[in-house]
Amino acid sequence: MKVRFWGVRGSIASPGKSTVVYGGNTTCIEVRGDDGTLVVLDAGTGIFPLSQALLSELPVQANIFITHSHWDHIQGLPFFAPLYIPGNSVRIHGAFDVVSGRGIEQVMDVQLQYSYFPIREAEMRANISYQTLHVGVPVTVGSLTITPCLMNHPVVNFGYRVDGDGRSMFFTGDHEPWYNIYAPDDEEYDDYQAMVALQQAQLDTAISGVNLLIADSSYTQAEYPAKVGWGHGTMEGHLAWASRLGVSTLVCTHHEPTRADAALESVFTQALADCGYASDKAGAMKVVLAQEGMEISV
Amino acid sequence: MPISLPAELEHKLGIAIEQMPAFPKSVQKILELARNINSVPKEMVSVIEKDPVMTVKILKVINSAFYSLPNKITSVGQATIFLGVNTIKNLSLGFAAAGILPRGTVEGFDMQRYLLHSLIVATLARQLATTGAKGEADPGDCYIAGLLHDFGKIVFAQAMKVEFRAAMAYSIEKKVALNVAEQQIIGVDHAVVGAMLAQRWQFADHLVQCIHDHHNVQAAPSAMLDCLRTANQIARKLKLGDSGNAWREAEAVAAAARFGDDLDATIASLGDMQRYIDDAQLFAQVSATV
Repeated sequence: MKVRFWGVRGSIASPGKSTVVYGGNTTCIEVRGDDGTLVVLDAGTGIFPLSQALLSELPVQANIFITHSHWDHIQGLPFFAPLYIPGNSVRIHGAFDVVSGRGIEQVMDVQLQYSYFPIREAEMRANISYQTLHVGVPVTVGSLTITPCLMNHPVVNFGYRVDGDGRSMFFTGDHEPWYNIYAPDDEEYDDYQAMVALQQAQLDTAISGVNLLIADSSYTQAEYPAKVGWGHGTMEGHLAWASRLGVSTLVCTHHEPTRADAALESVFTQALADCGYASDKAGAMKVVLAQEGMEISV
Repeated sequence: MPISLPAELEHKLGIAIEQMPAFPKSVQKILELARNINSVPKEMVSVIEKDPVMTVKILKVINSAFYSLPNKITSVGQATIFLGVNTIKNLSLGFAAAGILPRGTVEGFDMQRYLLHSLIVATLARQLATTGAKGEADPGDCYIAGLLHDFGKIVFAQAMKVEFRAAMAYSIEKKVALNVAEQQIIGVDHAVVGAMLAQRWQFADHLVQCIHDHHNVQAAPSAMLDCLRTANQIARKLKLGDSGNAWREAEAVAAAARFGDDLDATIASLGDMQRYIDDAQLFAQVSATV
């Protein structure tokens, strides 16, 4: 299995000189099975350069898995060039939105409204289909099996475990580890804490044994108190989580849009140091910042 | 605000209003919390938990086939862990808005279409407040005003059936607005009765006033009243839902000056009308089925 990053930025695309090293496109990750099966995790603006690359291997059979419906994870969808070419097939997977009462097809629908985009879905020539997924129920495409897990974000968010050819990876989408909404002296604190622990344990079980973890690490631990409830994780928190899970590689992604390359490296280095992480220690897991164009063999 | 009517009519209406269900405090509280960006999640959970109807609705949706969760969710707290606080907040807001609307049918008055009318007026009034009365009218208040503006008709339909049917017939036969027919036949119109009910439910005075005045051309102008009236006119002109009061072309001149004198232009400025209809239909459906 191979993983390639086409978009690593959180919230909003941030092109420019200050982000040229890590990249300014929003979330899009290409996963390839050993048989060439194509899975695309999220359709942020990074899906546009991916779609250009795919034009050299028509016809395309793309399996897109949307973690959640916030703009930075769906905005590139109408610009996914294979959608316009007959002979291609594009299947879009994702969660049911309990508030709007709609399945995953709404991520395309909302964007193709007349006022916002000039082309209707009927005019897209590829074979387009939608599959609304259920928590914990795996979907198999080619040599890859994808299992959705419920994460914690201000809209329903699926993390995806991808298994194939004896290897595995997990992408959190946007995720803030569950936390207690009560103060320690509130009567409900203990019960809620037990539920938080149970939920975390269930996720840990669902993704146990993965080789690669790609996690939303928007903030540093120092920044986090001002961002509680925003639905994102920290570098330090995920480092501890990845160690506990025993993954071989942790990739920190969803970089803050205002974080310039030098600042990103600086907070990352500091976070690793604060956690006492030493890359040269025997058996140490690999921890890297996600970067556009980076490819990892799992 | 004092509302004065002949003693006999007031007594009769008093009894009718007494028969109406109480407005759930929890719904009022949820709407308040949702408007406050600084409210903390545990407050919302605590309000929802205390309302068994709301709790059951939320648990029913989460435990439905949509998610096929491995374990049954049995508490609101647990629901916040599974779907996140924000999702639960928005879900409860939907249920809150739909839950206060009446169900069932009254002969000659289509409750389901009335419900749709109220929800569409609510959604449009909120949108008009956001785009055309920024800083002057609270969009959340406009939504509630839209939702409740015709509630007086429910009082009539449930407690004064004979008189209300006669007023509807009079309105159609004489080609006059329903509120005019109500004044003629019953002695008071639904706007005044709706305001009495809102007052009993202890809504803020400006909301009560807005409901009271929505058909009164002599009423002191306000941004909120502009939004409500224009939203009501749009819904009626486009025949979205049914308030029991057909649109009449002569009303176009009553469009609020702030939105211009061309109602069609105001409608066009709102963009794709379908999304307002979809929103309202979803709530109407939720209210009817969950």
